[in-house]
Amino acid sequence: MTNGWFAGLDPDDDAAAVERIQAGRADAPADWPQRAVDAGFAADESTYYERLHEVTMAATRAAVQDRERADDQQLVHAVRAMVDCERTANELAERVAEWGGSRHGDGGSGVKYARSLAEGDADDEGDRALRSLSERTAALADEAASLRAYIERTAPAVAPNLSTLAGPVLAARLISLAGGLEQLAKKPSGTVQVLGAEDALFAHLKGSAPSPKHGVIFTHEYVRGTRREDRGSAARALAGKLSIAARVDHYSGDRRPELERELDERIERIRAREGDE
Amino acid sequence: MTLPEGVERHGFDGETSLATRGEPVYGERTDGEWRRWDPHRSKLGAMLENGMETGLDGGETVLYLGAAAGTTVSHVADFCGPTYAVEFAPRPVRELLDAAETRGNLFPLLKDARKPERYAHVVEPVDVVVQDVATRGQARVAALNERFLDDDGRLLAAVKARSEDVTADPDDVFDAVREELSAEYELLETTRLEPYHEDHLGVVARPRRD
Repeated sequence: MTNGWFAGLDPDDDAAAVERIQAGRADAPADWPQRAVDAGFAADESTYYERLHEVTMAATRAAVQDRERADDQQLVHAVRAMVDCERTANELAERVAEWGGSRHGDGGSGVKYARSLAEGDADDEGDRALRSLSERTAALADEAASLRAYIERTAPAVAPNLSTLAGPVLAARLISLAGGLEQLAKKPSGTVQVLGAEDALFAHLKGSAPSPKHGVIFTHEYVRGTRREDRGSAARALAGKLSIAARVDHYSGDRRPELERELDERIERIRAREGDE
Repeated sequence: MTLPEGVERHGFDGETSLATRGEPVYGERTDGEWRRWDPHRSKLGAMLENGMETGLDGGETVLYLGAAAGTTVSHVADFCGPTYAVEFAPRPVRELLDAAETRGNLFPLLKDARKPERYAHVVEPVDVVVQDVATRGQARVAALNERFLDDDGRLLAAVKARSEDVTADPDDVFDAVREELSAEYELLETTRLEPYHEDHLGVVARPRRD
């Protein structure tokens, strides 16, 4: 194939030009500027280069977005796997504690106890079985930790502003709960506020419970660390900024350091109410 | 060695450095329209700083492989003609797009330098191929992209020893790369890029054609 990207294109058709830059191919280069002029695609070489600049910018910007958008799905898989590993490790740790208590008296609980048993001696078959289960439990907790490290490394590339405001793991959980960065960017901030609290929300909608004030964003220091009466306000303020951050990350990809400052000030004002009353 | 037209030694607060004229890109120091070209952050800058005969006069048509965030290619576009910037990683390309925004002669392409047929429909034959790809098989990338060079064109490559083999002695890696490059290219000059970049070899070469 020896055609340039512009062959047969309407010079004003942006979408088709972008498609050609992205997906076209040729075995060898040729004097494309001259050929474009000869073919009547551009009036002269400088017009050709102007057009080439426009379309390579547009095509590359779109291609970057596509590639990074695909990365958000990797993040979704990773954070779901992390949550599964954590939950399963905790469930198994309870089982280990119950079993261990029956053999050695009350020795403790949680993954930490399972780790101590995994490293301990086993004198008989029962101890060996318990130790083996403890090893699996500890290994699952290790897997959760290494997935968390992976998320902390990759989330800032997928959603830089959201990761700065929420922290990488909460950012990844929000993206996962929404189903992707694009879906998160399209949600109103009131929905972002209660993502992860769907059960409570539906109970409320059926008329049997108060409306939930926060979903998974409760893990953020700005909600958890605010006194109970003001948590609703803090959650609303945080969700508002997180929504904006998700939209900036999805639609433009710019860094907006001012978002963090605005959020800090807003939370400070909410927390200052305490002193006024 | 003479510097290409559009590149000069310029004083920045009493410190003289290579510089080009254009919009700043990476927070480099500026003086009027001159912007400092830091050889510690640019292998091509280090090649010029170390006095290699790059053959650059200014105004060339350039294919730049491994443009990353655009640090070096922005300087290249400041003093060269049409400049095609190929980079495969999406993250740095966002910054490359910012650098290209104010440079009408800089054409960013999110492409894999190991698959030249995916950009040969856009890139014209060039005077210079600049290569700074930190992947294995750097000599192979140079060979694959030889097709873009004019007969009297130049390859200006920075070969990173650690990208080929982290455990091997850099000298051995460079010997192997020189030999592999020699299949397609006549090597004109090879110089290590110390003190600016450790374990990097600067290469000036021209295609073998008869």
